[in-house]
Amino acid sequence: MAEAAAGGRSLWEDALRRLMGNKAAVAGLVVLGVLVVAALIGPYLLPFSYDAINKDDTWADPLTHGHLLGADPLGRDLLARLLVGLRVSLGVGIIATFVSLVIGVAWGATAGFIGGKLDEAMMRIVDVLYSLPYMFFVILLMTVFGRNLVLMFVAIGAVSWLTMARIVRGQTLALKQREFVEAARAAGLSQGAIIFRHIIPNLLGPVVVYVTLTIPGVIMAESFLSFLGLGVQEPLTSLGSLISIGNDEMDLSPWMLIFPCVVMVLTLGALNFIGDGLRDALDPKDR
Amino acid sequence: MIRFLFRRLLTAIPTLFLVVTAAFFMMRAAPGSPFDGQRRLAPEVERNVMAKYGLNKPLGEQYLTYVGGVLHGDFGPSLKYKDKTVLQMIGQGFPASLMIGGLAMALATVGGIFLGVVAALRRNRPADYAVMTFAILGICIPTFVTAPLLVLILASKLGLLPTAGWPIGGQSLTDAASYLVLPILVLGLPEMAVISRLTRSGMIEAMSSNYVRTARARGLPEHVIVLRHALRGAILPLVSYLGPAVAGIVTGSLIVEQMFQLPGIGRYFVTSALQRDYTVVMGVVILYAGLILVLNLIADLLYAALDPRVRLS
Repeated sequence: MAEAAAGGRSLWEDALRRLMGNKAAVAGLVVLGVLVVAALIGPYLLPFSYDAINKDDTWADPLTHGHLLGADPLGRDLLARLLVGLRVSLGVGIIATFVSLVIGVAWGATAGFIGGKLDEAMMRIVDVLYSLPYMFFVILLMTVFGRNLVLMFVAIGAVSWLTMARIVRGQTLALKQREFVEAARAAGLSQGAIIFRHIIPNLLGPVVVYVTLTIPGVIMAESFLSFLGLGVQEPLTSLGSLISIGNDEMDLSPWMLIFPCVVMVLTLGALNFIGDGLRDALDPKDR
Repeated sequence: MIRFLFRRLLTAIPTLFLVVTAAFFMMRAAPGSPFDGQRRLAPEVERNVMAKYGLNKPLGEQYLTYVGGVLHGDFGPSLKYKDKTVLQMIGQGFPASLMIGGLAMALATVGGIFLGVVAALRRNRPADYAVMTFAILGICIPTFVTAPLLVLILASKLGLLPTAGWPIGGQSLTDAASYLVLPILVLGLPEMAVISRLTRSGMIEAMSSNYVRTARARGLPEHVIVLRHALRGAILPLVSYLGPAVAGIVTGSLIVEQMFQLPGIGRYFVTSALQRDYTVVMGVVILYAGLILVLNLIADLLYAALDPRVRLS
């Protein structure tokens, strides 16, 4: 606080400066930036479509037949499939995290702000859900309602909001003692308005940190389902389905396993490093 | 203590009830039926099959029958394997799952504590960095990446271990054990990474605590200080990690059992899910939810027993 006042810097400028000083986080940002750009525009630059079947190129080795990373058993270009798979995985990660963000913040802020019996009951529910093997529920959902991309976003998002709710509740409990909330109440704002206008904007720091750490978790969950054959449907693909196919083909064409694994690890690693970096940058404890 | 146990049971029982209810209604909401095969059944036959499994009764009655059955330890028949009950299928898979999961858990605990202690005692030196790098890798590389890569390197290319399978009778002990190495490694590594991190931070805190300083002032040898005094305090947080660790291993077993063709519950679960064998899927979900609830309860009790500062109220 004192530092911010002396330098005339806001919390966010300060955090950004600290984040840029963290080598691992910067490396993570660069890697993630490259991956995102590649996933977004890469597929349009390639001569092959991710679902174009080329009879003559089946199991093509990398750098043969014009395929930079080779081709799969149907002769589909691996690089094109990898970029589309990355796009799907990142997309699932962002959308499902958004679902978990909305539920978690609303739940945690309500419980923390209203407090008392309601808080007790709401957090008990979180505790209960916390102790369940949620992957099994997602699989049960996918079994029962069929493989559906939208449902998968919702299902994964709906089971990953618990930690978010806990973090938000803790922050809210601290925030509601502060003077500006008192002032808002004195000014006659309704409870809902106080929660949405004053509490939630101030929760941004910890929420941003946790969001960056939720995305890799969600990507893993989606790939987990795809690996088991319960994820996205062919010809669409995701990093998990590509690893799953690579797993079947590894004796003949190990690169079909290795390339998706590398992209997966790079993505998860980058996100984890950014998340850790943000936590260090925004956590006032270490100042 | 008794009151605490009672209170926790009061929340654990409704939780399990909730799980059973959610699983039941999800299953009934499913479009299609497990009897949709290649051939369409004649309407009379279908009616008979539905009647056999009680699927023609009102939903409420079916629900009560199912809950009553679960209370008596009866999870109903498998819908795909006509001559087996869900419980028989679970019983068939349990030994393999328990063996792999238990050994993975042992590896994760012993290995993780060892690495964590080494890292804490060599803080900010190469050994510490090596352990922490391993921990970060272990946490952000998922099992479905490590499993195929380890198979590719250790089994396919180097030929050190079998790629998949389960020991059958008549093999030498080392041959039989070689089937277990990769599954246990893949399952145990992520948990080992987390445990080594937890142990390291616990150990660093303990080594700077007053009781360790006292022990040192009394002139005790370093290994006694580390093993007898510091480690005891440092591994306390691990007890509350017991529940999540088991949940992680159980979830990982879905991948590992599928990947290595092990005859365990995880593989039946995935196969049943793909075949829409609802009763088996539900049975496994309920069983594992119950297992994790019980383990969390044990962890809480153990924590209180080990740490007199914790008051159970």
